[in-house]
Amino acid sequence: MHLSQEILLDAYRRMRTIREFEERVKVEFEKGNIPGFIHLYVGQEASAVGVCMNLDDRDAIASTHRGHGHCIAKRCDVSAMMKELYGRRDGLCGGKGGSMHIADFERGMLGANAIVGGNPPMVIGAALSAKTLGNGQVAVSFTGDGGSNQGTTFESMNMAVVLKLPAIFVLENNGYGENTSHDYAVGSKDMTARAAGFGLPATRVDGTDFFAVYEAAREAIERARNGEGPSVIETVAIRWHGHFLGDPQVYRSKAEQVDIREHDPLEKFKAKTLGDDLLEENQLDHIDQDVKNLVGQAISDASTAELPSVDDLLTDVYTTY
Amino acid sequence: MAKKSYRQALNEALRQEMQRDPTVILAGVDIAGGLSSAPEDVRDTKGSGGVLGVTGGLLEAFGPGRVIETPITESATIGMCAGAACTGLRPVADLMFVDFLGVCFDQIFNQAAKLRYMFGGKAQVPMVIRAMVGGGLNAAAQHSQMLHSLFTHIPGLKVVLPSGPYDAKGLLIQAIRDNDPVIFLEHKALYDIEEDVPDESYTLPFGEANFVTDGDDVTVIAFSKMVHLAKAVADKLSKDGISVELLDPRTTSPLDEDSILESVEKTGRVVIVDEGHLRCGLAADIAALIASKAFHDLKAPIGLVTAPHTPVPFAPVLENAYLPSEDKIEAAMRKVMV
Repeated sequence: MHLSQEILLDAYRRMRTIREFEERVKVEFEKGNIPGFIHLYVGQEASAVGVCMNLDDRDAIASTHRGHGHCIAKRCDVSAMMKELYGRRDGLCGGKGGSMHIADFERGMLGANAIVGGNPPMVIGAALSAKTLGNGQVAVSFTGDGGSNQGTTFESMNMAVVLKLPAIFVLENNGYGENTSHDYAVGSKDMTARAAGFGLPATRVDGTDFFAVYEAAREAIERARNGEGPSVIETVAIRWHGHFLGDPQVYRSKAEQVDIREHDPLEKFKAKTLGDDLLEENQLDHIDQDVKNLVGQAISDASTAELPSVDDLLTDVYTTY
Repeated sequence: MAKKSYRQALNEALRQEMQRDPTVILAGVDIAGGLSSAPEDVRDTKGSGGVLGVTGGLLEAFGPGRVIETPITESATIGMCAGAACTGLRPVADLMFVDFLGVCFDQIFNQAAKLRYMFGGKAQVPMVIRAMVGGGLNAAAQHSQMLHSLFTHIPGLKVVLPSGPYDAKGLLIQAIRDNDPVIFLEHKALYDIEEDVPDESYTLPFGEANFVTDGDDVTVIAFSKMVHLAKAVADKLSKDGISVELLDPRTTSPLDEDSILESVEKTGRVVIVDEGHLRCGLAADIAALIASKAFHDLKAPIGLVTAPHTPVPFAPVLENAYLPSEDKIEAAMRKVMV
């Protein structure tokens, strides 16, 4: 598989932006500057980016409560995202959604969803629209190992097979559903094999390997666009941080947390692209600095941005009432 | 214009809207009588169109791309319709019995109802969920409920309860054209009742009550099938010189509060008739509205006629005791006249 420099740099930029965004949000949250709950995607960047690099703005995705990574991978505006986390008027959702409901329909990001297993039915709906309107678009659901056990996930897979919908179910195995390990909660111990039982192609890849994710997604998305129906991709990438920011992580060993940092998707990407002379170090360093500035500016802007007015409380419940 | 049944009026509404707008699709279990999955030689027969026939003939008219029969997986079906609604289609989902809402309620109240608000106004969810409500067919506890108050409680949903064929057609067309999620509740005991219904398309606005009768002595507010019982009692009491003002709000969300309060101001006496339960139900909701905003207009305590705090029983003698009846409504009306 040959990827152009342009694609490789874009991929690195998106992954680096996710990493920087999440790590900076962690700092600001711990200082008390961000309200509510935050669920970090650190360590899983290649999963979102590997998939989303195969999509354009018109394709739809939906995510979980751990949605910042998918948002950024789908090219949502970082500054508007940060403002949303800070609950500001010019946030991506007007400050009305926050981290767990962050969305941008213009970029085909149909929202982070705070209900585990909440998005698969909506995603097959987007796929149904694509099929009915005949526009060649696809829809991708990102669900965790926790959400993979939800009835909604199974029902949606079945429906997607029955109606032959252009949907892709990306099951992100990040090791834990809240505090409970994948190995305990997933009775079949193998999400991929279980999904295949629903009658759709299912494959598992290393979620810390951008190239593996990219290739698996490319095949699945092409299948969907060609009218050949839905697929499942399980990406395995253990989350570095807790379920939520502040999680004491009593359910994990310290050794595990050290070990997973040996499999940093960004370092892996760098090693491969530099080792194979696909990219040069200064190109990547330049992106690192760019992203650092971008996120730094986003935080500074979000911290001082206008708050929603109290009148905004009552708007947009309905289109008309 | 012709005499049509509630069922036919609904079928016409769906057919006319599907003809007018190619983005209107239907989805649900057996909405074409199961013909989508039937063997070739059976497919020539007309579909029965849903459990009580409302969607009959629509698969033949519009094809399986627009009339989608689904497996019995309500979460996936309702959620799929919500997702399709916010990405360019206008789905009318068929939940069949409202009692099944438990199976898919997250997709209704946490997803469809809230997408617009949570996403700062950037999404709109123009979907309709049709469902059958109500008792009187001995269908027992899990097939006879009303549950409209559960939906009414949720910001982001609109809730419609047509009481007759004319209202049903106009309100369903309105619901399909509305850009918000609408819960459209059809009383299963009303499907065969007939009245004059125009042949052409027309809409009826949400949040506007129908004054079934005008009167000066007592305001009666009733929904769905209860409107017919209340009307029968009103006719009877008018012979005794009691003039009843009967309001059918048609929609519980939005609710025509102005008409209700104006009527109470005029009569000072109120009876609310609802087939739902009293606790957290529509009767309690409207009583609170009246007590808080029209207290000084009241000449008597508010009369409430509702189902008791029990599931719907099976045995006909018990179900008859459960449902509000003309006798109970008459007793309530006479009591507020004292």
